[in-house]
Amino acid sequence: MLEIMKNIDWSPLFISLKTGILATIFAFFLGVAAARMIMRLNNTAKVVVDGILTLPLVLPPTVAGFFLLLLFSLRRPFGKFLMTQFDIKIVQTWPGCVIAALVIAFPLMYRNARAAFEQVDVNVIYAGRTLGMSERKIFWKIVVPMAGPGLASGTVLAFARAIGEYGATSMLAGNILGKTRTVSVAIASEVAAGNWDVAGFWVCVIVMISFVIVALINFVSGKNIKNVNRWM
Amino acid sequence: MALEVSIRKKFSGFCLDTEFTTDGGCMGILGASGCGKSMTLKCIAGIEKPTEGRIVLNGQVLFDSEKKIDVSVQQRRIGYLFQNYALFPTMTVEENLSIAMPGKKEEKRRKIESYIKKFQLTGLEKRYPSQLSGGQQQRVALARMLLCEPQILMLDEPFSALDGFLKDTLQMEMLELIREFSGDVLMVTHSRDEVFKFCDHMVLLSEGNCILKGKTAEIFANPGYMEAARLTGCKNISPIEKISDYELYATAWKIRLKTAEKIEDYIRYVGIRGHRLVPLPDKTGENVMKIKQAGYSETPFEKQFLFCNAEDESSERIWWMKKKESFLAESQEKFPSYMQFPKEHLMLLR
Repeated sequence: MLEIMKNIDWSPLFISLKTGILATIFAFFLGVAAARMIMRLNNTAKVVVDGILTLPLVLPPTVAGFFLLLLFSLRRPFGKFLMTQFDIKIVQTWPGCVIAALVIAFPLMYRNARAAFEQVDVNVIYAGRTLGMSERKIFWKIVVPMAGPGLASGTVLAFARAIGEYGATSMLAGNILGKTRTVSVAIASEVAAGNWDVAGFWVCVIVMISFVIVALINFVSGKNIKNVNRWM
Repeated sequence: MALEVSIRKKFSGFCLDTEFTTDGGCMGILGASGCGKSMTLKCIAGIEKPTEGRIVLNGQVLFDSEKKIDVSVQQRRIGYLFQNYALFPTMTVEENLSIAMPGKKEEKRRKIESYIKKFQLTGLEKRYPSQLSGGQQQRVALARMLLCEPQILMLDEPFSALDGFLKDTLQMEMLELIREFSGDVLMVTHSRDEVFKFCDHMVLLSEGNCILKGKTAEIFANPGYMEAARLTGCKNISPIEKISDYELYATAWKIRLKTAEKIEDYIRYVGIRGHRLVPLPDKTGENVMKIKQAGYSETPFEKQFLFCNAEDESSERIWWMKKKESFLAESQEKFPSYMQFPKEHLMLLR
């Protein structure tokens, strides 16, 4: 084991962590914003928009990766536009990793945030309004804290999903060591190359990281929600 | 100080259509569940939008469908006490009080301190709403509302979430706190006791319509409408057939009754309160019915009998209420054989 650790290239770990953290941050704000927006829509629009936003959760990640390639490929209009106008390249780059992870993790965040917001007693929001509080203040000071447990679990799930993302990442960002090779991608290619011990090492790493972070967030959110009565 | 409300709101299968004016003091809105009481308050507060109509508070137009005026909830400055108090569960008592309050920090703190004392919340500043009793929660909600200096207070079933044992004390305490408030108070309830206790004026709502408005005492004395009689606690109501100007036939009770008032053509019902009935040993006098006992129950201070017309057992049952002298089981007194419906207590209703 020690020998493996001496010879190992640690870059996939850092790429995975960077990708997971950044994608989770984006997913958090986008998911909260989307959940807030969808609650203002009427019922028909709700069903349609919700369907679109949830799609990446149900689709196989390779299908999501296919669509992302379709969008960002340098041979397609949007990808070409990004390249020529802003000199931004998504395919086969690290930003591609983040975007792939974000797209896959977003629905988890969004759905959890929405469920948490829908649980908030509407009278409490009305009370805030009659007391003269602005909508923004009501949202950040009342709704978000009340939805805290749901948001926390959404964040955990989104992070877990983002750090483990393989399908869409390998299609959009590829497998370039030191640039886009995340731990998940590394595990697959090490196994393919017959390096079972290296793959096993990465598996252990990812299991430990996932466990630590989930436990950590549960601990933090458990502290915040003590003052809310729950059924157990 | 006045609130003028004249609104209509259409739902599928239900239409709220209320119109009333307050002029100082406490005004009650009495109605059965689902008659649109809370909806009326929500429309005034701006939480719900009426289909059409006009709401004016102290000279300021809050809503006018014709002129397309719809002041936002935040700017209406209406103190709304929700049925479940709607405290912010993630904030302490102190934070609940200060979060919405306008003003400078130092001034706010002084004011909050004085309110905490006045509302008997000392020592509870750091507690969360879920750690408070119902009465304490209500006081926090009241204090929170009053700290924002509203123009009018609206109380939505303020006592329905409290248990009976504490209700009376809390009602008295609240009455005192509210009395200090200079603006109008609007209170929604389904309890006739609460309306009678708190409100000088009242509006009766039935199925979305204002059927009666006026001084509370007058409405209780002379409800005028069948729904009003029922809501003010009259249990005995019967449809009638008019016989002459001063005599009618109560079809549910199968009895002819003489009345003190002239029976107008629009009168459809007659009612009598259970405690106004007079038991008699024999058939002497006017409006007397031979009766047969049909049921019995007791409350702490009252005996409640149900009886029916002995001559026609298909008649509807009638309630008779009698004050109790003692809580202990009294020796079984004989149930009277006759009951008089004193004509001065008969209520002619439409």
